[in-house]
Amino acid sequence: MRITFKGGVHPTEMKELSLEKAFEFLPIPNQIYLPLSQHAGKPARLIKKKGDTVKKGEMIAEPDGFISAPVHSPITGIINRVSSITTLNRTRTNAVIINRNDNDEEDFMVPLNTESVTRQEIIERVKLAGIVGQGGAAFPTYVKLSPPSDKKIDYVIINACECEPYLTRDFRLLLEKTVELIAGLKLILKATGVSTGIIGIEDNKPEAIKKLSSHLKEEKNIFLKVLKTKYPQGAEKMLIKAVTGREVPPGKLPFDVGCIIQNVGTAILVYYSVAKGEPQINAFLTVSGLGINNPKNLVVPIGTPLKNIIDYCGGLKETARKIIAGGPMMGYAQFDLNSPVSKATSGILVLTEKEASRTKESNCLNCGKCLSVCPLNLAPTRLYKLTRFSKFEEAIDMGIQSCMECGTCAYNCPAGIPLVQWIRFGKLKSLALLKQRTN
Amino acid sequence: MDSILIIALATMGGLGFIFAGGLAFADKKLRVEENPLIAKVNELLPNANCGACGNAGCYDFAFKVVNDKAAPISCPVCDEETASEIARLVGSDVGNTVKYLPRILCRGGVDKAKSKDVFYAGPSSCALMEIVSGGNKKCSYGCLGGGDCVNACKFNAIYMSEDKLPVIIEELCKGCGLCAQACPLGIIEMHPADRDLFVYCKNHDDPKTSKENCSAACIGCGICSRNSNGAIEIIDNLAVIHYELLNSLEIPIEKCPTHAINKVEKVTTSTN
Repeated sequence: MRITFKGGVHPTEMKELSLEKAFEFLPIPNQIYLPLSQHAGKPARLIKKKGDTVKKGEMIAEPDGFISAPVHSPITGIINRVSSITTLNRTRTNAVIINRNDNDEEDFMVPLNTESVTRQEIIERVKLAGIVGQGGAAFPTYVKLSPPSDKKIDYVIINACECEPYLTRDFRLLLEKTVELIAGLKLILKATGVSTGIIGIEDNKPEAIKKLSSHLKEEKNIFLKVLKTKYPQGAEKMLIKAVTGREVPPGKLPFDVGCIIQNVGTAILVYYSVAKGEPQINAFLTVSGLGINNPKNLVVPIGTPLKNIIDYCGGLKETARKIIAGGPMMGYAQFDLNSPVSKATSGILVLTEKEASRTKESNCLNCGKCLSVCPLNLAPTRLYKLTRFSKFEEAIDMGIQSCMECGTCAYNCPAGIPLVQWIRFGKLKSLALLKQRTN
Repeated sequence: MDSILIIALATMGGLGFIFAGGLAFADKKLRVEENPLIAKVNELLPNANCGACGNAGCYDFAFKVVNDKAAPISCPVCDEETASEIARLVGSDVGNTVKYLPRILCRGGVDKAKSKDVFYAGPSSCALMEIVSGGNKKCSYGCLGGGDCVNACKFNAIYMSEDKLPVIIEELCKGCGLCAQACPLGIIEMHPADRDLFVYCKNHDDPKTSKENCSAACIGCGICSRNSNGAIEIIDNLAVIHYELLNSLEIPIEKCPTHAINKVEKVTTSTN
């Protein structure tokens, strides 16, 4: 039996739609909307103004505070204006609108030698390149590369699970950019001063496993761990549990159990930023679902509106019902095709009525199906009821803040209750309560 | 037989006597003196336990009125008559506070605000809509129409109109402010009852977008602010009124292209 964690579900994979499609570059759009907040933490501060000419790769906004990331222009053009927009994950932020002009000049940083580069140089470069975690939370990567000095780190784990259905981005990256991935992992190991690297991958990607193991033959300190295919295997805590057997306590970080987790895409971006001096200006993403004419894997300049991408993929079918940014389990439903792609967008899914069907909501049956699958051993039904009746104090005691909103419970609920939506609301309310308590 | 009866009577009687003595002792020695005024004040209070006064409930407030001489009128739900009766009971001043009323600062009903091309299918609570897709309206600042304020009101003073906008029945409203707290978008604001001029919009989008999205939106044109001597300021595409400077006669409200700035229309009869 393959190693894994307790709980979880196995939704229909649907990865075959885009599995064989190699990455294509999206034609550069004429106008992009570049959000200033594409990462966890404070929004970046704009350092250019209206009418300025910017080059591809030029920094247009600098980090503001410790947890923040700069934003670089992915195209050469002129800043049209700054406007407030809604991002794919429904936060409101200011976005810089850039009109493309014809000369595609590049302005990248100086490439560094991957052999002689020092620890500090890597971290500084990753910070300047504005790289954020590609897993979805978009946490600035340089923060993860500088663990607190009192924590001893044993492993750097590359998350190659890609447990969300439909998405094939990481699989294509593993196949097409194997060398870059391993070089990127080595740079991360160097930056953090850790000796052992592990790549955790689900057993539904045999081709990638074959290719990786042939490349890893000469590597003495990088290992491949093949895990059982199950959702949410790619969640930080589940991956650590499966790979190392260690359990991250509630409210603690992977640092606390001696692990650093990086996504496949992040490791490749680290390599590019060091070896080529390229900041993060592109997003790798899967466009899939039964509602789109030609599913593809694409390299897209950040800030590209969704409609450009959908048009490039042959447009929507008549049966299309729901558009999601991210995976079907944790992604966000979209209502505006003018919203732009950001650094951590992993996919755009166009689902049909059949794929996005909902059970009509009825009362909780107390069947306990949500409890048996919750990977964090929470009681989703209790959290939902406590939130519904505004008992936030009790919800905090039941561990509502530990919920990672993976959606396993709602997927399994026979009564069709939108458990995650309620719990997310409960988390917001109880967080406000906790803040009030500390003040 | 007689002796058994006597023994039983004597033991039960004796025990009863001992316990009665214990109770009598406890009554004298362990008695907690409570000011009878508190119970009287508590009776006069509305007993809705709405928490608008900032205390845990009506009893808590009554305790503070009697012991800490809190002003009875700081219960926003009491009318002046009750407040003065409480003041007479405890022998303190009524205190003076202004009556506050909630104002719903959105006029984007179903016929005025445009809907998105999508359909929200989740639970119909504003707070829950707000965290996923922001409801069905294109304007992301406007009233979601989920009725969280209606559910929050303990006095049945709000109802949802056919326009999917809440309406306050001023006669029933006690000004406790629970509806304003329940609104996740901050559309409901508490204002002194005598204020009659408001900007019925919370939209910060640029003029073009807001005009497209809703025909009742403030587009930030600034006509109202021109002769207002600084009483009305356009902040981030929205007119904001500084009430301390305001002379409402000087404001050309009829010139507002979308009628976003307007006088209060009183709803006096309950239609629901």
